[in-house]
Amino acid sequence: MKNSVAFGQYCEGKSFLHKMDPRWKLVLAVFYIVVIFLCKNIFTFALVALSAIGLVALSEINPKIIIRSLKPLVMIICVTAIINIFWLKGETLLFSFGPISVYLEGIINAFLIVVRVILLVSVTTLMLTYTTTPIALTDGLEQLLAPLAKIKLPVHEFSMMMTIALRFIPTLLEETEKIMNAQRARGADFSTGSLKQRAKALVPILIPLFISAFRRAEELAIAMECRCYTGGEGRTRMNVLHSSYRDLVGLIVTVLLCLAVVLINKFAPGYRISM
Amino acid sequence: MAEIQIKDLSYIYGKGTPYEMKALDNVNITFGDNMITGLIGHTGSGKSTLVHMLNGLLRPDSGQVILGGKDIWADPKKISSVRFRVGLVMQYPEYQLFDETVKKDIAFGPKNMGMKPEEIEKAVSEAVKFAGLRPELIEKSPFDLSGGQKRRAALAGVMAMKPEVLVLDEPAAGLDPGARREILSRIRDYQRESGTSVIIVSHSMEDMAMYCDRVVVMSHGTPVMEGTPAEVFSRADELFSVGLDVPEVTKVARALKECGVDIGLDIYTVKFALGRLLGGGEI
Repeated sequence: MKNSVAFGQYCEGKSFLHKMDPRWKLVLAVFYIVVIFLCKNIFTFALVALSAIGLVALSEINPKIIIRSLKPLVMIICVTAIINIFWLKGETLLFSFGPISVYLEGIINAFLIVVRVILLVSVTTLMLTYTTTPIALTDGLEQLLAPLAKIKLPVHEFSMMMTIALRFIPTLLEETEKIMNAQRARGADFSTGSLKQRAKALVPILIPLFISAFRRAEELAIAMECRCYTGGEGRTRMNVLHSSYRDLVGLIVTVLLCLAVVLINKFAPGYRISM
Repeated sequence: MAEIQIKDLSYIYGKGTPYEMKALDNVNITFGDNMITGLIGHTGSGKSTLVHMLNGLLRPDSGQVILGGKDIWADPKKISSVRFRVGLVMQYPEYQLFDETVKKDIAFGPKNMGMKPEEIEKAVSEAVKFAGLRPELIEKSPFDLSGGQKRRAALAGVMAMKPEVLVLDEPAAGLDPGARREILSRIRDYQRESGTSVIIVSHSMEDMAMYCDRVVVMSHGTPVMEGTPAEVFSRADELFSVGLDVPEVTKVARALKECGVDIGLDIYTVKFALGRLLGGGEI
């Protein structure tokens, strides 16, 4: 119940990043990802990492929270790092042990890839989930995709579906916990036994969960119809999105960052990341 | 069969986060053996948290839950055996139904306990009888039942485990008055016949007055009053101050007293009031 609070990723705040227009944030986040992938050597990575630290400062979010968001990735990061260390052949052999040989290049490469993964995750979560409410995010996405409605893509319906899905994640989590408790009270055991037994133990949770999700969906549909919801056509918004000087600043900084990365890639020497 | 003793129990939700909230604060209650205890309190008073403690769904931060003389968390690995001894019927328990037929669903608990097939058969048919489900319904899918029937099926699902202590969180919430009365009187009959201890959480003062032998009043995570319904409901002002109420008939007695007709304030059922008014004991 109260334990699932941590799931609502959005962190309340009034910082520069919070106040940016979600449309621009989406665009700039994509741009930023491109910039991260453009990075080829240590200098560019250092520059981008520095800008990411600047972003964290700008968001006024406790860095601890951002580090915590990386925790689920530890496994992936370790695996990529290990594969890279042993896989890559280079010139400077550090040591070899039977068929396994480790090169300096492999270690540098692994390090850079890890930095890349961390940057990708932290920047996107920072710009999108931590400083933007899910509603603002889907709103922004809807407006960005609005031109696609001209070729008959159901953009509004799509974003409405996304908003509803996001809205119901905490509700469903709570529901799951309730059902689990009820079945536990009847002696169901979810944590011991073989894989097959555990999978079977999920049936008494999944069936009631599906049933209540369908019921909820139907009730929601009726409630929406009662309030005359007919889809996107002619619908106005309560919160109209406005771009501000912040978005312009964001754009300029990102463009400059991109230019700097391209230039450094071109002229600075140093080890180049492969992959 | 067994009494549950709560000793210095405290529980905090979201410990160590900014959302920390003290749900139970040093609670000491004894739920007596072979009787129906009512647990009342305003929303957020910690009733449901307390109920989740009784069968080990939540682990106390400090303090003990003592069932039949033993701390239930003495051996955390054996907590599931405590859940068989203390049957918990949750609020709106209909959502726990999942199996193909009502019968199979009721057998879920007994099966988890490792009962033999013939024992299960017997336990199920007894539970069906106690819950007042019509026998022809038990081969149906639980999702084809009406709301009241689903409630009974869910109730039977817990009763079939033959718990020593039966805990019911708002067993009659959302039912029509007829079904409400029937379910509650069936619970009382079950208690009288089986000699188990029953704990009922409810917001309805009338139900508490009608069906409970003892009443415990919770407010802000601690019990503030305890006693027989007559004792508790005669202290109406204290009940009002913790956001609760007294049965309508108790209010009538209070109004009568103000008009100069004193029939006592420890009145909590209509029968009882009538007895006093006609000059005598309960009729």
